[in-house]
Amino acid sequence: MSLVVAEKVSKEYRTGEVLIRALREVSFAIEPGSFVSFVGPSGSGKTTLLNLVGCLDKPTEGALRIAGVNVLSLDRKASASFRGNHLGFIFQDFNLIPVLTVYENVEYPLLMVRNTPPGEGEKRVMTLLEAVGMIAQKDKYPDQISGGQKQRVAVARALVTHPKLVLADEPTANLDSKTAYTVIELMKKMKDDLKTTFIFSTHDQKIVGEAEIIYTLADGELMDRQVKGGRKNG
Amino acid sequence: MGKLLKIAVRNLSRYKRRTLLTASLITLGVVFVLVFVSVSGSFKSMIISQITDSMLGHVQVHHRGYVASIDNLPLNLNLPLPAWKRLESILGQQPPIEAYSPRVKFGGLFSNFAETTNIRLNGVDPDREFRTVPLLPSRVKTGKKTLGRGEIWVPELLARGMNVKVGDPVVIVATNKDGSVNGKQFIVAAVLESATGPGGRDGYLHLEDALETLRMEAMEVSEVAIRLKNFREADSFFRRLESLLALEKSPQGIPIFEVHSWEKLTPFYNIARMIEVMTFFIRLMLIAVVLISIMNVMIMAVYERIREIGTIAAIGTLPGKILSMFVLEGFCLGAIGVALGNLLALVIIWILDLSRITFDFGMQKDLVLSPTISPADLLVTSLMVVLVAVAASLQPAVKASRMEPIQALRHV
Repeated sequence: MSLVVAEKVSKEYRTGEVLIRALREVSFAIEPGSFVSFVGPSGSGKTTLLNLVGCLDKPTEGALRIAGVNVLSLDRKASASFRGNHLGFIFQDFNLIPVLTVYENVEYPLLMVRNTPPGEGEKRVMTLLEAVGMIAQKDKYPDQISGGQKQRVAVARALVTHPKLVLADEPTANLDSKTAYTVIELMKKMKDDLKTTFIFSTHDQKIVGEAEIIYTLADGELMDRQVKGGRKNG
Repeated sequence: MGKLLKIAVRNLSRYKRRTLLTASLITLGVVFVLVFVSVSGSFKSMIISQITDSMLGHVQVHHRGYVASIDNLPLNLNLPLPAWKRLESILGQQPPIEAYSPRVKFGGLFSNFAETTNIRLNGVDPDREFRTVPLLPSRVKTGKKTLGRGEIWVPELLARGMNVKVGDPVVIVATNKDGSVNGKQFIVAAVLESATGPGGRDGYLHLEDALETLRMEAMEVSEVAIRLKNFREADSFFRRLESLLALEKSPQGIPIFEVHSWEKLTPFYNIARMIEVMTFFIRLMLIAVVLISIMNVMIMAVYERIREIGTIAAIGTLPGKILSMFVLEGFCLGAIGVALGNLLALVIIWILDLSRITFDFGMQKDLVLSPTISPADLLVTSLMVVLVAVAASLQPAVKASRMEPIQALRHV
């Protein structure tokens, strides 16, 4: 069964008097364990699509099912619960909590979202910090580490609850190309190790090539679906 | 909860200067309120104690209608012997009473053989009177602190005006309730310091002498002053005694006695009430200070952390937890202010206590102020500040918890 199924999803919003059609009848299905990228120029609808899949926003039209759940039927609280239980997020600006250490940032979703008793998630946090190479910096605060390191911490935070799906909106946009590759490699490794599905958006063509499935968006429409090792129009 | 508290404390320490300023403001407010409550409370209880322990007693019983015409000291409204005996038997069965003293009050003429003036007098049984109002002897400025037969304590102003000293003979002339006049010679045993309030400028003589001067064949009593073992029980005892004595009626079915608590007998009660009202308004000001300062800080905190709120909401933190996070921050700010304020106020009160500051109240000089603060006052003020701090952070916290993560994440 597909993990994400979008059927004719459209999203419109108003900016002042102007009606903007950010997505137009987009349909796709993503299988569990895939490493998927949405690409396209600025304004093509990548972020809007990721926000919809991330249950942060609701489409104007269409149907969207994630892990078998019709996410359009969820209210605000249920949406938050669903995100906490099934999704992980990696942000372009890392968005680590500045008053928490690296360790505490990774631990945060376990304690504050999953309500894991303190201490029980320690092994999981340490394993992930080791996997992302941040064990030595675990007691540092976000303002004491580099951008690449922050994104590694963000990857660990997104994975600590073992979500079914991790969404990353332009995760490498604020990183230099070398660090960007490292972060993408890390995400791929995590996907292989934990069998987590990753969906990320990017406009960086060099990074795009790392994805197994590439969806191309332009002006809110899904233009192309490319599978590594073969090509198929969407 | 522990994690939430940790985040709240760390967020407060993130903006050290702002936290320090707000906490200082709350601390100052708490200090001001506690020091005011302790000083005014000590002033109030000292004056109440002066008035009740040197003149009034805690509760008084009179013949019905006596207090309404107390300015005339009406002898025809004295309690006759059977009523006094009945009252004595009732009072004797009241465990809260420590002592009670019957008084015969009357007005007369005071003569030093050269001049004559008016005087108000209390005929008392010295032993019973001193047990009922133990500070009475401390008002003796010069002379003996005891009162025997044939002796009189003269109020200071009268002694000065009439040029009378301890040991001088004086004559008291009084009219009894039948209208006949009688005079009796006394020796001035003491000059009595004046006190603020009713009876504060009265003279004292022995009860037997008063009965003789008024030619009373059987004992009559103008008022009975009562001292309780515990002053705090004055209100409840007053109500109990009032309902008990209401049952005592004349053959015509009219109640014989009337009971008055100290509050009804002294104008100082209004000052005491005014102090309580001032304390209330000062507490209200503290509430306003805490409310405005914490609400201001929390509104700023929410505004500055919109993206952070978006992040934690996006990763699945429930709205209730986000609300708790900010409310806890306000709580911590209030609690820090309260803790520091309590500590500082206790030190200041202790220093004031050691300083032995004196003040005058009416005719009473050099009263030593000894401020104290009760645990109940500390608790009430602390709880009030903490609750207001929580209430002040509620609005910003609700706003934070209701933010749409997508909009919060877009905030620049």
